[in-house]
Amino acid sequence: MDGTPGATAAETVLRVKDLKKHFPVHRGVLSRVVGHVFAVDGVSFEIHRGETLCLVGESGCGKSTVAKTVMRLQEPTAGTVELNGNDITKLGQEELRAHRREMQIVFQDPYSSLNPRMSAGAIVGEPLTNYGLAHGADLQARIAKLFERVGLRADAMAKYPHEFSGGQRQRLGIARALAVNPRLIVADEPVSALDVSVQAQVLNLLIDLQEEFRLAYLFVSHDLAVVEHIGHRIAVMYLGRIVELADNADLFGEPLHPYTEALLAAAPLPEPGAKRERLILQGDVPSPMKPPPGCHFHTRCPYAEARCKVETPKLEEVKPAHWVACHLRPRGGPFGPLKARAA
Amino acid sequence: MTALATATAAPAAAPASSDTILSVRDLRTQFFTRDGVVRAVDGVSFDLKRGETLCIVGESGCGKSVTALSILRLIPRGAGRIVGGSIKFEGTELTTLPEDQMRKIRGNRISMIFQEPMTSLNPVLTVGAQIAESLHIHQGLDRRAAWDRAVEMLSIVRIADPKRRAGEYPHQLSGGMRQRVMIAIALACNPKVLIADEPTTALDVTIQAQILNLMLELKERLGTAIVLITHDLGVVAETAQRVIVMYAGRKAEEASVEELFRNPIHPYTRGLMGSIPRRTATGRRSNIRGRLQEISGIVPSLREEIPGCAFAPRCSYAVDRCRTEQPPLDPHGPYHLAACWEAARVAATPR
Amino acid sequence: MATTTDVAAPVAARRRTGALAWIRRNPTITIGAAILAALVVSAFLAPWLADDPLSFEPINRLKRPSEQFWFGTDQFGRDVYSRVIYGTRISLAVGISVAVFATAVGLAVGVLCGYYKRADAIVMRIMDGLMAIPSILLAIALITLMKASLFIVIVAISIPEIPRVVRLVRSVVLTVRGQPYIEAAIASGTRGLTIMVRHILPNTIAPLIVQATYVCASAILTEAGLSFLGAGTPPEIPSWGNVISLGRTFFQIAPWIIFFPGVLLAITVLAINLVGDGLRDTLDPRIARRM
Repeated sequence: MDGTPGATAAETVLRVKDLKKHFPVHRGVLSRVVGHVFAVDGVSFEIHRGETLCLVGESGCGKSTVAKTVMRLQEPTAGTVELNGNDITKLGQEELRAHRREMQIVFQDPYSSLNPRMSAGAIVGEPLTNYGLAHGADLQARIAKLFERVGLRADAMAKYPHEFSGGQRQRLGIARALAVNPRLIVADEPVSALDVSVQAQVLNLLIDLQEEFRLAYLFVSHDLAVVEHIGHRIAVMYLGRIVELADNADLFGEPLHPYTEALLAAAPLPEPGAKRERLILQGDVPSPMKPPPGCHFHTRCPYAEARCKVETPKLEEVKPAHWVACHLRPRGGPFGPLKARAA
Repeated sequence: MTALATATAAPAAAPASSDTILSVRDLRTQFFTRDGVVRAVDGVSFDLKRGETLCIVGESGCGKSVTALSILRLIPRGAGRIVGGSIKFEGTELTTLPEDQMRKIRGNRISMIFQEPMTSLNPVLTVGAQIAESLHIHQGLDRRAAWDRAVEMLSIVRIADPKRRAGEYPHQLSGGMRQRVMIAIALACNPKVLIADEPTTALDVTIQAQILNLMLELKERLGTAIVLITHDLGVVAETAQRVIVMYAGRKAEEASVEELFRNPIHPYTRGLMGSIPRRTATGRRSNIRGRLQEISGIVPSLREEIPGCAFAPRCSYAVDRCRTEQPPLDPHGPYHLAACWEAARVAATPR
Repeated sequence: MATTTDVAAPVAARRRTGALAWIRRNPTITIGAAILAALVVSAFLAPWLADDPLSFEPINRLKRPSEQFWFGTDQFGRDVYSRVIYGTRISLAVGISVAVFATAVGLAVGVLCGYYKRADAIVMRIMDGLMAIPSILLAIALITLMKASLFIVIVAISIPEIPRVVRLVRSVVLTVRGQPYIEAAIASGTRGLTIMVRHILPNTIAPLIVQATYVCASAILTEAGLSFLGAGTPPEIPSWGNVISLGRTFFQIAPWIIFFPGVLLAITVLAINLVGDGLRDTLDPRIARRM
């Protein structure tokens, strides 16, 4: 790949280069490897201090696997993950532990991501005890402060997860992530399990916290409206690859990849009567076990040409800070209904 | 209780006419748990006209799914039951109908599709057999004719190569295709009413667009009335003609879709609309990363009787009356009902 | 849909109910535990409740149950009642020891298998092999290799029970390991051993207790079976199996010799299983949540 997409002079917290994660598929009595799921197939990006990079895509596009692999909750097959300039992909567990303080994760499911047998206070305080950062009364005081910061009452510390509502549980998850003052928070679909009114509370909280602590977010979501609301930069993924990476306004204002265009057109808008000329993609996402050759999207792309079926397009910077992986793009010219309507 | 009686006795904006195919009046469904009675649906009334799309929108626990299950009498026996109200389908009272009669209506005159297509399909039968089964039972088609019709249904829901697909099992199909099969099963007997409970929630957006389009197109073609249950205001805006907003088992607001989005009156509806990050057709939003409007607090427990307006504890407009007296569904302009004591004050406040 | 959000809340409400309500809600545990308690007490108080189970009184051979000999006498004139009461000690001792021993070993091996893939592949095959052999045959084989004693009997009965515990623990460990809260713990810097002790082990306790009761019941039956076949506890020890075994030849003229220990054996196993079923219902949240 030519350079690293989105590289600027700002303080870089996370630099992911050519990350790959292939899951072997086993079959039979001897569990022989019969193939691989190409969950993540060469992904590169950077995140700076105080910035939100959103990974957006449909299920199976590999966005959550990127999150897990960056956290090294799954081992990458290839590529590097640099956290504050240190490659963490080759570190042993104990060395890695020291770096984990810098990056924390918030999960999608606020029910299964909290141990039901631990009190809320113990859950939030666990990272602090792990790193020996606080003991006794000091620990309790810091937990109480975290509770208040995420909008929970400090006297709820003794309660157990099942006594909280979904939104409150997600606040607990955020408090746990904040406990060790990380620089990067990986948020894996943090609001998709929540009701809309609660989702708003959590999104507001995340934005406030980012401004207060200059946190960097790697925000994974399938919901374009949420992504548009919270993301500074957006990376659109399709079958394990980034197909487009741009600033929020650029991506939503002028999507350049046909897939991005289709994705934006497919999302329903809360505006009755906004009858849009819709590009409805036909067919389903191909299996990540057998991704199509060339451009992964060519099987569903209404503009695909012969070249798209054999040659993999590179992610290239076609406009300042706007990266696209499409053979047709450099030839320029709007080719979608979105563009037509804007005119 | 008196307030509620007026609410149900005066469906001012939507009178039951000959056009009405399904009429629900003061429906109450309760669940009986170890820890008390859950009032899942607490006095809901609405009418469905032939061939129209009605959306019921609300957050989890608002009673929208239970309303749907009640109409088909699918509330699991022992867990809960319909304790009051009436459901009339083409003049027939469904709440008291014997089970064998009900079975003739279910899947035939009124059908339902669910959120999770995988668990609603039988994994050991081919999809063709599952479509044919309902045709065999309800329409009395012989095996051969039912199978042919099943293949035809698959092509109607635009499954490529329907002959081959009819012989496949659910696990061989993708999520989107399974939902198409569900629609094929639901529409096989030409029902008058289709109840779709979050039919696209488990699907990706590009697939969701396909399925919604398909449903609306088939509705036009077959003249089926649709009750679409969803939590997604985007889906509502794109599909509905009329909308019911539910909160804590009660109807908060009802209006045509244009009216509801242009002029929401109930503070809950307003809160709901303010709390979604909005994308607009122009692709530009004025306040990227601005604060979203929050609805403070949480949904009330349905175990306790709520004397006043269920939304009062979370409502910034609430006055004393809201906490003690249940507001009636009052008309606000042509075909617009809202259950709010302070509606005038809310309407006067800009959003 | 409406119910799912509400179900999690009312634990506090459940706490305020008293002990009486608890008993009413859990009749199986209550009945089972009451029977078991009675058995344990009689085992402890055997010297006061009964006479010497070994004293021969040839004059009183094969007496029917009467005022003097409640359960009758056997062919040597020994009091069946005394022997059955003392037999309670043996049966309970074997049952409880096997339950503790098999559970402890099974927990250790199961955790190992759940955590290390390589150990898993080898150990689980051995466990499958053990499970393929009928437990009573395996126990007989083990006992014949060594000198018969109570300890050897306990070990011999325990070994066939271990694979069942291992499978249970392993499956719990594997399930819990896949939970997001374990990933959350790793991500927040928790060390492997701490994750094991703090996050994984507590989840194995409830199913282990339930499994232990079943192991206990099955061990008592196996012990009786072994004794009956003459391969178990040395014949001088009055275990229920031994009593039944000796009474077998006189079954037609003195059925009481095998009737009373047989009934007690059945009641004991039933009581333990009642407790186990009751515990499973109260400890297993999936079943409890359905209420």
